[in-house]
Amino acid sequence: MKLCYVVYGQGGSDLLVALLESFGRRALQLFETAGQIVILFVQTLQQMRHLNIRHAIVQMSHLGVDSLPIVLLTVLFTGMVLTVQTAHEFIKYGAQSSVGGVVAIAMGRELSPVLSGVVVAGRVGAAITAEIGSMKVTEQIDALRVMATDPVAYLVAPRLVACVFMVPVLVVFADAIGVVGGYLVATLYAGIGSFTYINSIKVFAVVNDITGGLVKSMFFGGIIAIVGCYKGLTTASGAAGVGRATTESVVLSIILIFISNYFLSLVLYR
Amino acid sequence: MIQIQLKHVDMSFHGRPVFQDINLEIAKGEVMVIIGPSGSGKSTILRLIIGLLKPTAGEIWINGEEISGYNEERMNVIRRHMGMVFQYSALFDSMSVGENVAFGLRQHTKHTEEEIASIVRRKLRMVGLTGQENAMPNELSGGQKKRVSLARAIAVNPTIVLYDEPTAGLDPIMSNTIDRLITSTRRRLGNTGVVVTHHMASAFEIADRIAMLYEGRIIETGTVQEIRNSTNPIVQQFIYGRKKSGTMTERGLDQL
Repeated sequence: MKLCYVVYGQGGSDLLVALLESFGRRALQLFETAGQIVILFVQTLQQMRHLNIRHAIVQMSHLGVDSLPIVLLTVLFTGMVLTVQTAHEFIKYGAQSSVGGVVAIAMGRELSPVLSGVVVAGRVGAAITAEIGSMKVTEQIDALRVMATDPVAYLVAPRLVACVFMVPVLVVFADAIGVVGGYLVATLYAGIGSFTYINSIKVFAVVNDITGGLVKSMFFGGIIAIVGCYKGLTTASGAAGVGRATTESVVLSIILIFISNYFLSLVLYR
Repeated sequence: MIQIQLKHVDMSFHGRPVFQDINLEIAKGEVMVIIGPSGSGKSTILRLIIGLLKPTAGEIWINGEEISGYNEERMNVIRRHMGMVFQYSALFDSMSVGENVAFGLRQHTKHTEEEIASIVRRKLRMVGLTGQENAMPNELSGGQKKRVSLARAIAVNPTIVLYDEPTAGLDPIMSNTIDRLITSTRRRLGNTGVVVTHHMASAFEIADRIAMLYEGRIIETGTVQEIRNSTNPIVQQFIYGRKKSGTMTERGLDQL
């Protein structure tokens, strides 16, 4: 403090204190949010014994099956562009026999789970927050509690189960369509033989490339559901509150997906 | 027999007191109407009774149990004998009218679907909405939503029904319909009613007793006749909507 007074004078000192206070406040808010999300997750696990299977299946259809087209479209073009970029470079160095393997490993380990997670966060996470948020501001959450129904058991648990199980299912399809997209570009555009592409996958890719991606996607599904529900349940009043909560939900889910992806990759692919 | 009792209840939000030292006793089977200016904390009392909020201090007794320290799980056992009609109805908008009314029955009873359908029909008939099972809440008028909300609240035959501004935003004819429904519901089911309103006509129509909340305190409690004859100038002003010279503070006037 003395140093900043010397350097900046009284005004600079005030500015620095204000900056530090602002930073500290933000940091506290961040930790508080993180803590509340963890608490909601633990409460949801505790409420799993009251899980309504029928609700979970309905959510699986809403959140999983309905997301399939957009996930497939996204990952198809990602597989294609990845092949465009790698094929040219690999052919230059005579390594065209590695293209299929590289595409399959990249899709299985990283691109399919992460991109599926991001797409589902945008589509499903936003929908979860908007739905629960509008229930919150119209007192429907209070109505649930008044009717002796725990909102965590009734709303959060089925969505958590649906996301944790359905995002990996989406990723299985995404893996397949990504590799198929790569195959189409490799054979029709880059001139790599069909056998070469497929054989390369057999040589380089292992089962762990797929299962690791599926494990990641279960975490991503959990993040999307819990963050979506948390933001919905803590929505401030009014339509503007629902809009803000929805945006925050998508942004926070995507950030957490990227951060957790790094650490999961470290653990799963050491 | 006293069914609901608030003893020395204080409530504050973020350090700002809403009310202090509230004492209220509501007997089994009676309809207690809580009146008071907007923002005086009337709805907060209902939320405390049904456990949506916890008091800052004091005790809340329901059927001989002190519930202010109860967790959500224990509170849910108490809530199974309670119903609430919300100010803006709070119908589940993703469910049909029939599903809304059936919600509590499906969650907490072992009735078959046929029995549930029969109860739903009966409750909808009670509130004058026969045959509306398949309508969606967004197809209903404000008065119809209130009536569905009432049918949903009484579906499980609760012993206590709480009404939060049941006639707010309704035209006088529909308000009167809702008042008569509250009275007829109590007559048929024998439940205790706690009604929050600032419509004096409604209060006089449905109340056995009236409590007036003003500036964080209950300033008067009594039967309809006692409240009508109250000498308290604030009560008089609230009932008749006019000021006797020098009777109220500027703050009170602003609120009214």
